Amino acid sequence: MDKTPDTARGEPRALTRRQAYEQKARRKSLLIAALSSAFAIALLVVFVPMAPGWEAVQRSFFNWNVLVKTFPKLLSAFTLDLILFFAAAPAIFFLALVIALMRNVTRPALYPLKLFAIVYIDVLRSIPVILTIYLIGFGVPGLGLLPPWNSPYIWGSVALVLAYAAYIAEVFRTGIESIHESQRSAARSLGLSETSMMRYVVLPQAIRRVVPTLVNFLVALLKDVALLSFIGPVEVLRQAGVYKSLFANFTPYVGAAIIFLVATIPAIRFADYLMAKQNAQRTR
Amino acid sequence: MKSISLKIAASLVAASFAFSVSANECSSGKTLADGMLTIATGNPAYYPWVIDDAPESGQGFEAAVAYAVADKLGYDKAHVTWVRTSFDGAIQPGAKNFDFNLQQFSILPERAEVVDFSVPYYTTTKAVVVTSATGKDKTPATLSGVKGLKFGAGAGLSAATFLENVVKPTASTLLYDDVANTVAALQANQVDAVIFDLPTALFVTAVQMDNGKILGQFPTDVNDSPDHFGMVFAKGNPLKSCVDTALTEMKSDGTLAAIEDKWLASGAGVPVIDMSK
Repeated sequence: MDKTPDTARGEPRALTRRQAYEQKARRKSLLIAALSSAFAIALLVVFVPMAPGWEAVQRSFFNWNVLVKTFPKLLSAFTLDLILFFAAAPAIFFLALVIALMRNVTRPALYPLKLFAIVYIDVLRSIPVILTIYLIGFGVPGLGLLPPWNSPYIWGSVALVLAYAAYIAEVFRTGIESIHESQRSAARSLGLSETSMMRYVVLPQAIRRVVPTLVNFLVALLKDVALLSFIGPVEVLRQAGVYKSLFANFTPYVGAAIIFLVATIPAIRFADYLMAKQNAQRTR
Repeated sequence: MKSISLKIAASLVAASFAFSVSANECSSGKTLADGMLTIATGNPAYYPWVIDDAPESGQGFEAAVAYAVADKLGYDKAHVTWVRTSFDGAIQPGAKNFDFNLQQFSILPERAEVVDFSVPYYTTTKAVVVTSATGKDKTPATLSGVKGLKFGAGAGLSAATFLENVVKPTASTLLYDDVANTVAALQANQVDAVIFDLPTALFVTAVQMDNGKILGQFPTDVNDSPDHFGMVFAKGNPLKSCVDTALTEMKSDGTLAAIEDKWLASGAGVPVIDMSK
C-alpha cells in the first residue's frame, strides 16, 4: 500500500493526499451547489410562467410601461426618505447612548435615571413602531401646537427616534456589558474616574464591537422611514401607493422595492464584511 | 347524431329553466354563483354611501343603487350577497370574489386597462374643506386663492392626481389612508385644507367637524374634476353589459335620480371655485 501520492506525478506543484482529497471534495460541493442553483432557477423561470395566472400577475406587478412612467417620480420621492433618515439617525444614536449610559449607572442616588431607562426601553420596544408614529405623529400636533411646530415631518421623525433609540440603547448596553471586567479593573488601578473609564476605556471598545449590529439597525431604519407615510408625508411608499391607485397596478410597489434594494444591499454587505472581520479577529 | 342533438337541446332547456328562476336572460349564468349576485363594497363602507356599514339593509346611496341594479338583473334582495374588499383587493390579479364592486371608484382610463368599469352611476365634483379655527375659511374661492393652501387628501382617491395636475398648490400635499385620518390632519392644523368628493365633504362638515366649512367646489368643466363613479368588474366580465343596460334604464326612468335625492345631500348652495382668477 505504500506508494507515492499519484497527484504528485508530473504536477507542477505537488499536493499531499489530504490536499488532493480536499480539493476533490471542494470541486464536488461546488458542482453540486451550481447544479442545484441552476435547477432552482430553472424551476422559477420555466414553471412560474406556466401558471395559468402568470400573464395577469405579470401585467399587474411587472408592467414595464407603468414602471417607466412612475420610476422617475418614485426616485425623487425617495429623496424624502433619505432626508428623514439622515435627520433621524444621528439623533437616534445620541439618545440611545444616553439611555444606555443611564441604564448602566451604578450609584444608588442615580437609581431614578436607571429606572427611567428601564421603563423607557421596555415600553418603546413593546409598542409596534407604526403605533408610536401614529400616536405621536397625530396625537402631539393635535394638542394645539402652531405651525410649523405641528409638522408631521417633525413629529414623525421624533416618533422614529424614540422607537429606534430604545432598540439601539439595548445594542449599546450589550456592547458595554461585553467589555471584560478586567478592563475596568485595569482602568481603576490606573486611577481613572468612573466617567473617564467609561469614556476612554469601555465605550470605544464597546461601540466598535457593536458596529455590525448598528449597521443592521440602520438598514431597518431606512425601510421604516416609509412608515411616516401613514401620517402624511409623500415619500416613496406613498407615492407608489398613489400610482397604484391611479393605474390600478402594483408595479409601482415593485419599483419602490427595487429602490430600497439598491439602497440597502451595499449596507447589508458592509455589515456582513464587518461581522466576518470581527469573527476572524476573535478566532485568531 | 339525432340523439346527441336531442340531448343538447334538452340540457339547454333544463339549464334555461334553472336560471330563469331568479335571473333575467342577460345575466343568467354570468354570475359567480348560480342564481346569486355577489356585490362587493369597502371595509368599512362609509356614510352616505352605505349607512352604518351595513349594505345588507339597502340604506345609503351605493347600497340602494346596488339593490336597484340587482332588481333590474332579476335578483331580489334574498339573492344578493355582499362581500368586502379593499381597493387593492378589487384590482389584484386573479379570480375575483365578487360580480361587481362599488366603493366610489373613479373611472380613469389608466385603471380601465386592468379592470372594467360600468357606465357611471354617479357624477360629482371635488370640494375643498377648511376649518374656521385657522381662519383659512376666509380664503377667496378662486384658483389662485386655493393654490396657496397646504392640502391634505386621501391617497387612494383621484384627488392626489387632481391636485398635482390642476390645482398645482405651492406647498407639498400630504396624503392619508382614509377620510378619518385626512380629517384628523385638518383638525390638528397640519394641513390648511383637504379635498373630498362633494357628498363626503358635505357629510364631513355637517357631522364630523365642529367648525368645518366647504370653501368651494371645483367646476364640472375642469379637466379631471367631475368624478364619474363606476362599478368595477373583472376584465372581460360579460355581466358588465347587463349592468350597463340596467344603469342606463335607471337613468332614463328616473330611478337613479330618486335614489340620489333620497341619500345624497344637495350641493346646490356650495360656491363654485373660480378657475380664471
